[in-house]
Amino acid sequence: MSVLRVEHLTYRYPGIAWPALTDVSVSVEEGEFVVLAGESGSGKSTLLRAGSGLVPHFHGGEISGHVEVAGLDTRDHGPGDLSAAAGTLFQDPETQVVMGTVRAELAFPLENRGFRSAAVARGVEEAALALGIAHLLDRPTHELSGGELQRVALGAALAGRPRVVLLDEPTSQLDPVAGDELVGLLRRLNEEWGTAIVLADHRLERCLAAADRVIALIGGEVACDAPPRDFLEWAATNAPALQTPGARMFARAGLRPPPSGVKEARATLRAHDLLPEPTTTPGAEPASGPGGGRPAAGAQPRALHVKHVWQELIKGRTVLRDITLTLERGERVALMGRNGAGKSTLLRCAAGLLDPTRGRIESAGRVALLLQNPGDYLVHERVRDELAPEALAAAGLDSVADRHPRDLSGGESQRLALAIVLAGDEPPAAICLDEPTRGMDRARKGELAGHLREAASSGAAVLVSTHDAEFAAATADRVVLLGDGAVLADGPAPEILSGGWYFTTETARILGGAGAALLPEEGADLLRGRLHVGVAP
Amino acid sequence: MTYRRRPSALHATRAAVACAWLAALAGLALAFEHPAILLAVLLSVVAAGCAAGVGRELGRAAMLAAPLALLIALINPIVSREGITVIARGGEVPVLGPLDITLEAMTYGGVLGLRVLVIVLCAALYAAAVDPDDVLRLFRRVGFRSALTATLATRMVPVLTRDSRRLAEAQRCRAPGGSVRPASRVALVRAVTAGALDRAVDVAATLEVRGYGTVRRAAPLGRPWSRHDLAFAASAVALAALGLGALVGGLGRFDAYPELVAPLGPAQLALGGAIVAAALLPFADRRGIAR
Repeated sequence: MSVLRVEHLTYRYPGIAWPALTDVSVSVEEGEFVVLAGESGSGKSTLLRAGSGLVPHFHGGEISGHVEVAGLDTRDHGPGDLSAAAGTLFQDPETQVVMGTVRAELAFPLENRGFRSAAVARGVEEAALALGIAHLLDRPTHELSGGELQRVALGAALAGRPRVVLLDEPTSQLDPVAGDELVGLLRRLNEEWGTAIVLADHRLERCLAAADRVIALIGGEVACDAPPRDFLEWAATNAPALQTPGARMFARAGLRPPPSGVKEARATLRAHDLLPEPTTTPGAEPASGPGGGRPAAGAQPRALHVKHVWQELIKGRTVLRDITLTLERGERVALMGRNGAGKSTLLRCAAGLLDPTRGRIESAGRVALLLQNPGDYLVHERVRDELAPEALAAAGLDSVADRHPRDLSGGESQRLALAIVLAGDEPPAAICLDEPTRGMDRARKGELAGHLREAASSGAAVLVSTHDAEFAAATADRVVLLGDGAVLADGPAPEILSGGWYFTTETARILGGAGAALLPEEGADLLRGRLHVGVAP
Repeated sequence: MTYRRRPSALHATRAAVACAWLAALAGLALAFEHPAILLAVLLSVVAAGCAAGVGRELGRAAMLAAPLALLIALINPIVSREGITVIARGGEVPVLGPLDITLEAMTYGGVLGLRVLVIVLCAALYAAAVDPDDVLRLFRRVGFRSALTATLATRMVPVLTRDSRRLAEAQRCRAPGGSVRPASRVALVRAVTAGALDRAVDVAATLEVRGYGTVRRAAPLGRPWSRHDLAFAASAVALAALGLGALVGGLGRFDAYPELVAPLGPAQLALGGAIVAAALLPFADRRGIAR
């Protein structure tokens, strides 16, 4: 039986000329795990919001067609009625928690449905135990980390055991560890409780292995609705931007079928005797420890030199511990680590927003910093007031000069914010970016990586903090891994990223770090090399 | 100041009873002007805060309230024209007239300041030791939407503070000489407001999908009364009874003007002691205080 049935749905947001969804027909059966794939603006979020009843009851707009959730027609039933059958989780954990404690947050949806106190207490306990958050029940919600908050929000969405859970990029703001944990949790809920899952995510490599089916949306229309392997076959020719790194590597190496996950890819390679021996011993220290991996200093002054920097909060914890880091001109460095490792604080210190409590920071000139939310830079009424015309033209934004900055797309607003921090009479010696790829699709990440390479080739050092190992591998030639405020490893990207479990790319996971291959192209070359030496696929 | 569940008898008490107990203490401070009673209530609140593990929070509140209390204590003798025991003559002051400082006005100023301090500390103890979610649940049966709106609005204050701090940081990151014109204060306020509205829309969407739209009269909690619920309820009743008894028996009589009348005998001391004992006895039972 279908828990979600969408028939010929066409929807247009109020005030927007073109439809967000056009003649969409899909269904999700009981106990299915469905992944929604598509680039930004393809209609994934709108489809999920139609399933939760927010479209049209909350957003308004024009709608035709039908959406049924567990037999309830969303035209007749609003989000409140549907919440018993469909739990919903959005991207930003901070706006999804409305109560003061975790216990109250989990109880809130049950109380809203008029459950008796015993049923509320039981629902809270069960949701907490299922999600492993029982120890958080009496913690104030404002003290929780992003990963914990997202778990609590998922718990609130699951309280009362809905038949389907709709998730809109729930891992986009989490570090790789917390993101993997959340997807693992969803998989367990799906397998053990039989809850149907509909998950929209840009990081398909993270969730395809758990999926029964993938629905790909392009321009608001369903372009593909197939099992993961068939979807990847389709994406290879029709939507290369939606391919996972593993599938891209297989396609370039001429291997079939495309793998939906690391386990499947390794099984295929093993079956064909193509699985290379890992070059690094698991658990071994990378060759370059803290402070290593730096290219030799040239005649020019260093772009950025962080010397024994500490950041100790008054009556608080020590955020940075004796960090020493040198960036030469033109060097591209990725700063990685779990949430709370000290990445943002280090960037703020580098840019002069924070003064280190100990240590010194030297730079060859201005240090530009792009903070996490590009919207924070945009405070004027028109784009043309934000930036000088020539800088606007250089950023390719002169065509939107008369628009309100808040009406720009995500990519445009980020380009504008980057142009704002880079503009000025004096070009920056170093450019720092704090988590610039949150919620970005692959195409926009590629575009940003291009901009950063350009900036580096003009002489600026680039220091980018990111959770996205694929982006780090594509952008950086050196990776610094932070943990609990200290440098855990610092070295060339292939060395650091090929040896880990979490802070590594899918290609490196599949190949077990062999040949220090990080990107699909490098992995494919390695596999082709093995094919040429006589191993038959 | 934010609530955090601590292992204390007051934290373990249901919100309705904790509110009643605090209201009884605050009620005594409002009903009586006798310094002995006010001091007894002050001592009770401070000791209760320490016993509940929120002494530091109360200390911070006291630091904020003390200047206000002192100001009241200093202003009253200057503006009050009552009292017969002149202790200092300040001569003729324009607008105010003759500035005679009387013992009665000074004492009454001190009493008013003390009362302000007690009320602020009661409020601080409430904020630190009574679960706001339980309070919301308590009031939702009367007016859920207003209660939730008030709760969310209160929580938006720190969010807005964080937003404005982030925005200010971003403005510091702008390249010098890169903008056409610098952002004015009005532009920044507008941007913070727009951000807050965006956030409010997201929160509203979350409320909808958590079933807020279908809210009906909430079922009663049906939680069994714990030993702490009973103890604090008994304490609140005892405090109210002591207050009522003192009013009827005239034990808390205090007249500041025209001449100071503040009897301080065994009866008043016993009343003060009884208030402190009644307020603090529930803290003696430390069984089952952690959750």
